[in-house]
Amino acid sequence: MTALAVSALSKSFGGLNVTANVNLAVEPGERRLIIGPNGAGKTTLFNLITGEITPDSGSVVLFGRDITRLASRNRAHLGMARTYQIITLFARDTILRNVTLALLGLSPLRWNPLIALDRQEHLVAAGRAALERVGLGHIADRPLAETSYGEKRRVEIAMALAQNPKVLLLDEPFAGLSIDERSDVRKLLVAIPRDVTIVMIEHDMDTALDLADRITLMHFGEVIVEGTRAEVVADPRTREVYLGE
Amino acid sequence: MTGRSVAVFVALLALVAVPYAITEIYYVNIASQILLYAVFALGLSVLVGYAGLVSLGHAGIFGVASYAVAYLLAAGQGHAVAIVVGLAIALVVTAGFAALSLRSTGISFIMITLALGEIAWGLAYRWISVTNGDNGINVATRPAPFGLALSSARGFYGATLVVFLLAVAGVAIFVRSPFGAALCGTRDQARRMTALGYHVWMIRFWAFMFSGLLTSVAGILFLYYNQFISPQAVALAASAEGLLMVISGGAGTLLGPIVGAALVVIIKNVASAYVERWNFLLGAIFVAIVVFMPEGLVPGAVRLVRTAWRAVGRPKIAAPAPVAEPKP
Repeated sequence: MTALAVSALSKSFGGLNVTANVNLAVEPGERRLIIGPNGAGKTTLFNLITGEITPDSGSVVLFGRDITRLASRNRAHLGMARTYQIITLFARDTILRNVTLALLGLSPLRWNPLIALDRQEHLVAAGRAALERVGLGHIADRPLAETSYGEKRRVEIAMALAQNPKVLLLDEPFAGLSIDERSDVRKLLVAIPRDVTIVMIEHDMDTALDLADRITLMHFGEVIVEGTRAEVVADPRTREVYLGE
Repeated sequence: MTGRSVAVFVALLALVAVPYAITEIYYVNIASQILLYAVFALGLSVLVGYAGLVSLGHAGIFGVASYAVAYLLAAGQGHAVAIVVGLAIALVVTAGFAALSLRSTGISFIMITLALGEIAWGLAYRWISVTNGDNGINVATRPAPFGLALSSARGFYGATLVVFLLAVAGVAIFVRSPFGAALCGTRDQARRMTALGYHVWMIRFWAFMFSGLLTSVAGILFLYYNQFISPQAVALAASAEGLLMVISGGAGTLLGPIVGAALVVIIKNVASAYVERWNFLLGAIFVAIVVFMPEGLVPGAVRLVRTAWRAVGRPKIAAPAPVAEPKP
């Protein structure tokens, strides 16, 4: 069964077709890279898949279940997690609390107004484990405001991974990172087990290209080319659109 | 934690000692007022501080609770029935306020709550058959729960203190709970919270209900304190005053709204006896707070103490001295 199937998805803002008849079929365990110049509609496609915006037409199917009209919050409960291109974290809290909130989001405990969150040992332990996984265990109790940009990027990923997603959507996980940080995040992504399906938007071809099984090239809201790494890189339309030759 | 427990214990002792230590009834009444407004401010602070939703209509909820109880008492109901039914009515109205205002956040939320508060005020002022208009409603007696008469200033202070302590404990537990953490999350990153699987609207709705419950309780205390209610208590100025308490003391802290309530009540009642233009004094103090401690008195004071602590040059806790290697 296809992990994530997007069919004939369209969205326009006024006269601008930001997503035009997009089809996408990502198999379980696949690593899919979505590339395309700025304004190609990549992040909008993510927002449509996660339900932050509603499509004008088309459908989104997650493991055989049509979720096109499903509320965004319920998609998280079905195993969809995402990270943001622009850091979207809880700046007043510690790193650990950020990850704990991610865990709590899928737990029925989130409605409980009577118990102390800090005493929920299983949540706190799971939060620490998620931070260990991204190499931030030693600074778990540090306020987020006192961490570097690279560490915040990793917190983004830790929060998504903490939810044990089936489909993980990464929106430019390498954006703004130094060369060393890139290599750290790269190792982190390589280590994600294959039971997680990953769809990743990325500009940094050098770092991202060899992570991908298949690549989708978008331009002006449309899918221009799709295929294996070699096929897409070799395709003349890729050079025309993306590599600017 | 022990330092904190000691502080809580001392504060409790001081609060219990008030009616015995203060001989003048006038000041015992001021203390009751501080506590009942603190309950109001705590309720408002749940929305303003933890949900990041600024309401300018809470005097409407406060007033609905007061008027509902006053109306039922005037209609001949007993205190218990009046209080329970009055609270229920106020909570239904709160749910209506929440359903309408939570369609938006930010400035639009403020404007909708402002409008709803004004509707409540308009009804209090014009729906004369129920509210008695500008003349207000008198309440002849205070209740006597468990045979304890609250007719005296000291008795009423005791009852108010119990309610106040319950409110403080309630907010303290709420804030540390998973739901409280989720509420703060919706304040800071609503979009992320949705992506993480939270029902942001529903979280805000229940926070609004909790806020409305505390506000209604304060409204009922206010009614019994004055044994009178008039449209003045529902006016926009009353909502704004509550907001000033929360913001001057420190929104999003437990102690802030209490300190803010004390500040406003003391200036209103005590300073006005000595300074004719006490409104000017109140305004000047708020300007000073906004300039020097924009985060509010309680967080501001904490910051000052920390800065002073560092300036004194208190050495940081030194790393343990290296233990000499045991010689073979």
